[in-house]
Amino acid sequence: MDGPDVGWYLIVAAILFGIGALGVMMRRSPLIVLLSLELMLNAANLTLIAFARQQGDLGGQIFALAVMAVAAAEVAIGLGLIVAMARRHMLLDVDQASALRG
Amino acid sequence: MGTVIVWIVWFAAAGACLGTGVAVVSMTNPFYSALSLIGNLASLAVLFLLLSAEFLAAAQVLVYAGAVMVMFLFVVAYLGGRADAPWAGGPPLLRGAAIVAAVALLTEIVVVLGLAWGDNLTDPAEVSGSFGSPAAIGEAFLTDHLLAFEITSIVLLVAAVGGVILGTTGEKDEEVA
Repeated sequence: MDGPDVGWYLIVAAILFGIGALGVMMRRSPLIVLLSLELMLNAANLTLIAFARQQGDLGGQIFALAVMAVAAAEVAIGLGLIVAMARRHMLLDVDQASALRG
Repeated sequence: MGTVIVWIVWFAAAGACLGTGVAVVSMTNPFYSALSLIGNLASLAVLFLLLSAEFLAAAQVLVYAGAVMVMFLFVVAYLGGRADAPWAGGPPLLRGAAIVAAVALLTEIVVVLGLAWGDNLTDPAEVSGSFGSPAAIGEAFLTDHLLAFEITSIVLLVAAVGGVILGTTGEKDEEVA
């Protein structure tokens, strides 16, 4: 394989995952939390595809495709929730949405 | 010579990937955040190509950067000014804890990678030219991974129905409010 070892791809994926985790924990807008979640899912996808290349096994790429489908489903539900929050005139802030707090 | 070009492409794609990732998390306006995520997905597709995952790179650009992000931009446009997301708020203690947690996670992953580097992460398997092509993916999906394929379709159907229900049941409350 020309170019960088698979490990370099894994390090990029790890940094990307860290950035996404930081976004999920620090931002309060549900839209940006959802976007940061996408970052984390994509970092996981990059890891799966890097290991698929390392092992020469297509299973990792199939797994990455399944992750893409789950991410699309998650965005559809997440955006539906955000629009429902906006219609009920709630503040778009994940810290304020505490009606289900136990 | 070919190796040098691959390294250059890798550096450009990885740099763009991390830069747009930081932009996604740090923008105040969610519209720019979503646009940065499109750039992030495109540069990730380049990395997928370098890892000989041609079909996934195409699916990434078409499905993710195309369809999913258009949905996102529509919602941001629908919400208008209400979607603005200033950084303000949150106790500083929580913010510090979030940074510590993210850095700990990152350190953990990098240390594990460093320990595994010598044995497992160099000298990748030899693969044929058709590795990651649509034909190979399709064959693997419809033979060895048929159950995952069917379950994926059910997950998407349930999410679509759920999205419709979430989008339509709020209307009565809106009239009252």
